[in-house]
Formats: sequence, structure tokens, C-alpha cells
Amino acid sequence: MDYAFDFALVVETFPILMRGFVVTLELWLPSLAIGLAAGLVLALARLSRSRLLRGGSLVYIELFRDTPVLIQLIWFYYAFPILIGVQLSPFTAALLALALNTSAYGAEIFRGGIQSIARGQWEGAKALGMRHADVLRRIILPQVFKLMLPAFTNRAVEVAKMSSLASVLSVHELMYQGRLLSSTYYRPFEILTTVAVVYFVLIYPATFLSMTLERRMAGKG
Amino acid sequence: MPDSTRPPILQVSGLHKWFGALHVLQGIDFSVAAGERVAIIGGSGSGKSTFLRCLNFMEMPTSGRIALDGTPLGRTSAGKPDEVRYPESELCRVRERVGMVFQQFNLFPHMTVLENAMEGLVTVKRMKKAEARERALRELDKVGLGGKTDVYPGRLSGGQQQRVAIARALAMEPEILLFDEPTSSLDPELVGEVLRVIRQLAEEGRTMLLVTHELGFAYHFATKVIFLADGVFHEVGTPDEVLKHPKQERTRAFLERFTEFSF
Repeated sequence: MDYAFDFALVVETFPILMRGFVVTLELWLPSLAIGLAAGLVLALARLSRSRLLRGGSLVYIELFRDTPVLIQLIWFYYAFPILIGVQLSPFTAALLALALNTSAYGAEIFRGGIQSIARGQWEGAKALGMRHADVLRRIILPQVFKLMLPAFTNRAVEVAKMSSLASVLSVHELMYQGRLLSSTYYRPFEILTTVAVVYFVLIYPATFLSMTLERRMAGKG
Repeated sequence: MPDSTRPPILQVSGLHKWFGALHVLQGIDFSVAAGERVAIIGGSGSGKSTFLRCLNFMEMPTSGRIALDGTPLGRTSAGKPDEVRYPESELCRVRERVGMVFQQFNLFPHMTVLENAMEGLVTVKRMKKAEARERALRELDKVGLGGKTDVYPGRLSGGQQQRVAIARALAMEPEILLFDEPTSSLDPELVGEVLRVIRQLAEEGRTMLLVTHELGFAYHFATKVIFLADGVFHEVGTPDEVLKHPKQERTRAFLERFTEFSF
């Protein structure tokens, strides 16, 4: 192999990639936060006594879990505006799709977590005279957060990777900048390798954290 | 002595409980006067735990009525006297007044011993932290765990955990305390410390109901003993009457199984 890796090009284009990296962060963190918060609400609907809430949340969750994220992204940019009569910016459409997708997966994590808490915890709290909502807030959810931390971290990793798909909507995030630069300079090897490395540096700490948490929890037995 | 002119503190009438096709409680009428201590005995599956759990609505009665201090609990609508609805706010108020100690302790593992004992005071009674802390510490001292306040329940022995659970219930200052087989999941050598705490409460004149297999303890603890079998009260009387001189064949047979290997 006599390919000459052009380091100068990497150095030269790095600031542009970093601008994309910032957009990736702007896409990743809010969609994760909004998605998990909405996921909690959905999980509670899934576990509620109301058949309507249970059915509605089930349909929502399955729609997002059983269709490709790529479709969801494109749908929210091209199709959803026809439904609501307002054109969304590519960034808004991508953020919306990622957040809603995350909420569906987050709901399943919360649901599993809540259901894994022993019935005795509910009873112990209710016997003190606590209301259902207080039992959830004070007794159940704090244990769920701890128990499900590895799963939430995994989800964070997935969302970071999914955010690269927003490039198809021309959201100027890391992947988009990378593709743009590689076709501008005809240097896909340098540019795309750098992009991959940047993603790795972003995501590896989260994966490492997730593995550490899982190991620590397994150790507790 | 129970005051016969006052209405009973707890009154149960026509209590039935079905689990699907299983008729667990088959019409129970019963009342407790303030200061009485009731021991409920019976074989496994006799419905004794279910009966106790209906009293603070851990299980919902299928039919029948429970009254606290003369006031019937739950609401009925006109024309349907058998359909009793229990709004959450009412259940919460009842449970504040009728405390429960469980077989499996049910302590909150993410809270320290002190936080466990404070939780009801802060969340339910809306007490100020400092005040709640003071009362929780008092109750923990009483059960002999004043030195373990900052420990998490997972680090305690079963006996210690159960004593924390008792302190947690006591902190709410309930009018009635329910014990659902409080020593059944303990190693034999830890049973004594829990029973000692319960006896100490008896000496204070608290109204208590205890489901137990510890017949010896029931004999010394109770003012009244109930033998429950097949979802009905087979025999009710003083400890002496029920445990020493049972009238019913069924009660005798049950007691014999317990004394078979005693020496």
C-alpha cells in the first residue's frame, strides 16, 4: 500500500469537523434528555390503570421501535410538516425524531425497571399512608434510576450513533461535515477516518461507564 | 380494661375476600377494643395474613365493611350498599392510623435507617425535617438501634431490619399496629430480639393485632386469641381458652401438630 496519509489536510479541516461535532452534541444531549423524560411519562402511561393510556402508549412505543430510525428522521422532515402545516428546519425535525425515538426505548427501560421493583416496596410505603404518586417519586423511581443506569448509558451511546443519520437531512453535524469535506477534497480516507475517530472519542467514555456500572452492579449481587 | 361504653376502635362486619375462584375469607365479624392485643393463629393458607392485610387495605375486601372508631370506611352510592369504593385519600388516612409490620420488613434499601424511619413523617405527615428526625431517633432508640442510624438496611441482620421496620411504623404514632408474621423470615436466634420489642409495646397498652406461628409468644402477648381455619374464625377466646383448653376439635388438632415434638 503506497497511499500517503495527508495529515496536513486533517489539521486544516479539523476546525470544520469540530463545528459539526458541536452540532452533534446539540442534537445528542437534548434529544437524550427530552427522550428520557418523555420516556418516563410514557412508561407511567404504559403501566396506568386506564386502558386508553395503556393502549395509546403501547402503539406509540411500538411504532418507534419497529420502524427504522432513518425513516423516522426523513418522515419528520418531509411528511410531518404536511400534517401540521408548518415547515420544520432540518435540525428541529432531526431533534424531534431522535427525541421521540429515544422516548420509546426509554419508556421500555423505565417500564422494566419499575416492574422489577419488588411489590413489598410498594406495600411498605403504602402502609405508611403514602399516596401512589409519592411512592413512585420517593421509593420506586430512585431505585429504578440506579438499577437502570447501565441501560440508560447504553441508550445514550445508541442516540449518539443515531445522530449521524441526521446528515441525510443536511443537518450540519459531524457526519455531514465529514461527507462534505471528503467530497470537496477527494480525500475520503483522511476525512472519514478522522470523523470515525472523533465519534469514538465521544462515545467510548459512555460505553466504558456503562460497562463499569454493569460490572459494579453484578458484583453487588 | 377495654371500656365497654365506647365503640370498638376497629370493627369488621361480613368480611369476604375472593382471589379469583378462591374464597379466602368467608364472612368474618369481629371487633377490637382500644388496648386489646389480638393474636391470630392458623395453618398456612387459612387466610390469617389476608385477614390482617384487609384491615389496612393492603388487600381490598371483596365485600363487607370495616369501621374505624365507629366510622365505616369507604363510600357507597345510593341503591348499591354492597359496592364500597375506597378513594385513595381515605385509604392513606386509614393507613396512617393503622400501621403495619411485614414478614419481609419491606425497608427502603436506598435510604439509611434514619431516613427509613423519617420517610412517613416527612412525606405523609409533612413534618419538618428536624422534627421528624427527632421523633425517628426516639423510636430507633426505643428498638435499640439508636447507634445504627446512618447505616443502610442491607448491612443489618434480619432482626435489626425488622426492628427498624417497627420503629418506622411507630414513628407514625398509629392507633393500631398490625404485625404480619414479623418473625417468620428470621433466623431462629434473631427471633427473640424482635419479640422483646413487641412485648415492650404490649406493656405500653397499644392496640395490636399479630399473625404468628409463635404460639408460646402469643400466649403471653395476647389478650385475645383467634384460631382461623378455612376463612372463618373457628375459635375466639382468651389465650388460656384457645391455646390451653380449646373447645373445637379443629383447634385441638392444629395445636397438637405444634406440640408434637415439644419436650
